Amino acid sequence: MCTTCGCGVTDEISIKLPGENLSGAVKNMQIEISNHHEHEHGHHHDHSHEKTVIELEQDILHANKMLAERNRGYFLAKNIFAINLVSSPGSGKTSLLEKTLSDLKNEIDFYVIEGDQQTMNDADRIDALKVPVVQINTGKACHLDSDMVNKAILKLNPSQDSIVMIENVGNLVCPAAFDLGENARAVIISTTEGDDKPIKYPDMFADSDVCIINKIDLLPYVNFDVSKAKDYALRVNPKLIFFEISVTTGEGTDKWYEWLKSNVKK
Amino acid sequence: MHELSIALGIVEIAEKEVLKAGASKVELIELEIGKLSGVEIEALNFAWPQATEGSVLETAEKKIYVIKGVAECLDCNIKFDIENIYDSCPKCNGYLKNIIQGKELRVKALTVD
Ligand SMILES: Nc1nc2c(ncn2[C@@H]2O[C@H](COP(=O)(O)OP(=O)(O)OP(=O)(O)O)[C@@H](O)[C@H]2O)c(=O)[nH]1
Ligand SMILES: [Mg+2]
Ligand SMILES: [Zn+2]
Ligand SMILES: [Zn+2]
Ligand SMILES: [Zn+2]
Repeated sequence: MCTTCGCGVTDEISIKLPGENLSGAVKNMQIEISNHHEHEHGHHHDHSHEKTVIELEQDILHANKMLAERNRGYFLAKNIFAINLVSSPGSGKTSLLEKTLSDLKNEIDFYVIEGDQQTMNDADRIDALKVPVVQINTGKACHLDSDMVNKAILKLNPSQDSIVMIENVGNLVCPAAFDLGENARAVIISTTEGDDKPIKYPDMFADSDVCIINKIDLLPYVNFDVSKAKDYALRVNPKLIFFEISVTTGEGTDKWYEWLKSNVKK
Repeated sequence: MHELSIALGIVEIAEKEVLKAGASKVELIELEIGKLSGVEIEALNFAWPQATEGSVLETAEKKIYVIKGVAECLDCNIKFDIENIYDSCPKCNGYLKNIIQGKELRVKALTVD
């Protein structure tokens, strides 16, 4: 079990389109992702009991990285720009997606992969905008991995020259270690969180390309120093690009939209 | 963190190697974990029994080598030890650096029987 977020075994993952449910025949359409603990052990007990040292030097995340590269290859081949959206729960990932899709869906083809431990709620919010979406429910796991995203992409079949938005599980720690094969990682912090988030959770900021500071409409009411947050974030990652946004009022979204458009190369 | 996933990844690697070697179990597993890898050793130890239960690692001794963080300043090229990803260069106080050590997450060796 994970001490930070209490995540457990990853054996109850499902990947579904909106409207697909858990009961009856539809259940067969779920993709079972992980089958840890199902290995057959082909033991040979007839050898003499000599100890062998195997020098491995193997990266534990190797399998995830290989599959992430395969996803990246898929995106490259279809000229797709894929973004991995990460944040604490409630920073505004789904709200930002809803706003972005409603404002830009006539100009850009969007596809969305939603990652949550439970429920189809976020996928339903995207589905309401008539944008193709797949929901990954990770069960007890606290992050998406490249295998889940690979299966979701195949289900979504995004078109040439599109943007694939991947909303990761709300968690500022665990998703950092798992490359999904995205082209850019965007970390969102909101003004209702502390401005020291970037140095409290540095891993997430270290590997991101973009940092979105959301809920700036609340700045008059909260004790959040934007320049301090940026300064901390730049210490972790001097290459970060910032967008200060209020999804609620739309303030600052224009620059974010420009950045998105500049990354879809027709 | 995601230490359970990491532990399950280690089990998968060990299962594969034991099968390849025609062995039956692992006596000793040696891991290299960088201080900047994002993996908490305490959390990994906590996840270990659950992850290894019923696997070739269930009774294995586990040895962890912690690897310290080292960075190289992109401005003055000096190498320096870091505790945190956001530590600055001791010479120029800049933050532009390459982390050259400390992100390791590796199975170093297995002693199988
Ligand atoms: N005031 C204000 N509220 C916002 C803004 N953006 C999002 N919210 C609110 O923040 C809450 C959480 O937003 P979500 O978009 O669901 O957050 P999320 O990051 O997707 O959350 P999880 O998927 O649970 O991790 C909602 O009540 C939103 O209405 C904003 O710019 N200003
Ligand atoms: Mg959400
Ligand atoms: Zn977790
Ligand atoms: Zn975790
Ligand atoms: Zn320097």
